[in-house]
Amino acid sequence: MDRWQRVMEQQGNAPPDDIPIVLAREGHHGPVIHAANRVARLNGINPGSRVVDMRAICPDLQVEYADLAGDKAALDRLVLWARRWCPWTVRDEDNGLILDTTGSDHLLGGEAAMLIEMETQLSLLGLEAQLAVAPTWGAAWALARFGPVRSICAPDQVTDKLGALPVTALRLNEETLLLLGRLGLKTIGALMDVPRLSLTRRFVKAKLEANPLLRLDQALGKLAEPVASVDARPRFRVQSRLAEPILDPTPYLPGLCEALCEILDKAGMGCRRLFLTAYRTDGDISHVTVATSATTRDPTHLHSLFRDKIERINPGFGLDLITLEAGAVEELQHRQNRLEGGSDDDLHLTQLVDRLCAKFGSRAVTRPVLRQSHIPERAEKSAAALAAPPETETAARQERPIRLFDHPEEISVLYAVPEGPPAQFVWRRRPFRVVRYAGPERIAPEWWHDRPGTRLRDYFKIEDQSGQRLWIYREGLHGDGRGGAPRWFVHGCFA
Amino acid sequence: MGSLRVQKRLAGQSHTPDPVAHTLSEVFPETVSDAAAVGFILARLPRTDAPVLWVQDRLSRKEAARPYLVGIGTARPVIMVHLSRAADVLWAMEDGLRCKALGAVIGEVWGDPPALDFTATKRLAMRSEAAGLPCWLIRRAASANLSAARERWRISSVPSALHPHDAQAPGRPRWSLTLFRSRRAKPGQWVATYDRSADCFDLTASVRDGSLAAGHGAAGQRAAG
Repeated sequence: MDRWQRVMEQQGNAPPDDIPIVLAREGHHGPVIHAANRVARLNGINPGSRVVDMRAICPDLQVEYADLAGDKAALDRLVLWARRWCPWTVRDEDNGLILDTTGSDHLLGGEAAMLIEMETQLSLLGLEAQLAVAPTWGAAWALARFGPVRSICAPDQVTDKLGALPVTALRLNEETLLLLGRLGLKTIGALMDVPRLSLTRRFVKAKLEANPLLRLDQALGKLAEPVASVDARPRFRVQSRLAEPILDPTPYLPGLCEALCEILDKAGMGCRRLFLTAYRTDGDISHVTVATSATTRDPTHLHSLFRDKIERINPGFGLDLITLEAGAVEELQHRQNRLEGGSDDDLHLTQLVDRLCAKFGSRAVTRPVLRQSHIPERAEKSAAALAAPPETETAARQERPIRLFDHPEEISVLYAVPEGPPAQFVWRRRPFRVVRYAGPERIAPEWWHDRPGTRLRDYFKIEDQSGQRLWIYREGLHGDGRGGAPRWFVHGCFA
Repeated sequence: MGSLRVQKRLAGQSHTPDPVAHTLSEVFPETVSDAAAVGFILARLPRTDAPVLWVQDRLSRKEAARPYLVGIGTARPVIMVHLSRAADVLWAMEDGLRCKALGAVIGEVWGDPPALDFTATKRLAMRSEAAGLPCWLIRRAASANLSAARERWRISSVPSALHPHDAQAPGRPRWSLTLFRSRRAKPGQWVATYDRSADCFDLTASVRDGSLAAGHGAAGQRAAG
């Protein structure tokens, strides 16, 4: 929810605080509520219930769809970000972080001070957090969600503190919670009072998430639950510290590119993105980013991509540090596909595309590919320049022009025959007299794409008195009830 | 009148020993929206599946439309580059001519921009000859000013051939080709009839010319550029 709010603020259309908003996800019986903002929670809307029910409670509820994959990725980044407090961090399911702070709390002035520091830093990121310190993963999970604010639990207090919490705090699934509720076991304390033997007998075959005894042991520390920390991906970065401020970073670039490519080569990696950061003496920072269309670690090629971009750096009073970092790092093995030791010249084409993209932007360099559609402008779409062509290559059954206008140009028809092309028309202030024609070829709108009311088109290939061959169409029919008289357009040119 | 293979004709009159050496050619369409020039270029591209780099400036795309893949066919992939300035078009073409993996480089420049001077065309021509890549420059709404292009064509559509089944419909397209400057061949004027299914065109001399009519090339053979 916080992440969504921040994204909306960045886009400049953040809603006011007093509107109830929920994020929804797909459930078994229609959308269910994934998260709700404060106003919505105060109105009695709780996550997990169905959106239609909650609409009945709160008619002016606004519903947006949650980005679950994005949340997960953001949480993964947060895991690495949280390494500032302790070296051993891991993501916990979809909505939590576990930090193994053993031995690192005293660096931040004790556990209580550490929690306040964490909450401050997270709120600076715009995130709301519920924190707890406990000797085990399970106890921390329970106390953070169901315990008091910023609760701290010493190893000998675990039984007391957990005893008062509801059984929901044991990370059990829905069915088991329902079963425990029917058995009258409402709190963890009540569960602890049940003899171990009967619990073991009742849940002997249950999995971990359905077994209250195992979960209880985990929370109390009788069953080990280690924190398996993930490694941060290695960063490939080189820098050159300058003894004196310089105004032109160009002479340092080849050296930086070579050093970076050497590191990448040792790791067997290649990069698809390069970030050049120049730090000015007055503390200002400027960035230049280049991207390649294929993974590479060729220093001369990477250097050539910066050719016209370096000038955009404003040196001010001088630069004293330049760093070059590789992004989008992927594995790149040496490839040899010729027997005598050379490799293919395909790399050359990728380099050309990179150079064009670096100079003119990746939008300017495209590759048209075919698509299944009868509408002429939809039968072709532009893909990335080195994208693989789609498998479904379909040849046009009818003859098609070799040039197509992005926007069909309207023509004024001087004299129209009811069931045929116009005998004469004016296009671009020039009169055309139709000498010969082929058609009509009727292309109906794609009702699953188009707005209702889109008119059909009748295409004609016409040839005028000078021999120019055009592709014109009439939009709609007389009296089809979709607008006035049909209009005529030029859509393409034949060879 | 006689039908001739272009290659044979070019070879017969040329002073250079290699008739199929690729070089820079300029094409001037008679009218802006005439696609005959594009059709002629596509028919003369070498028949490989190497990608074609096609660079267009903004006005060419707006006034004379963009190449339409469905009509061109997917035999060779096309890499389209849409730019706004003529200087950028020339830069991209020159860069493309350094890449041997391409099959051809086609550029479209609108009007007579100052960037397209003799030096620029000379650079393109020399790069094209060094790389052995055909390079075509389509110049719309332009005057045939000083240029180093080895071949310069003026191309327009003429009324098409008779349709074999439908007298009302246009048949095989016909183009009027004028080679008004060439380093390798004698300039001349022809009418070409293009056969879409076989991707080849027949040449007919529109002006009776003794030296041209003397040949006896088989009709329907493809012109190798």
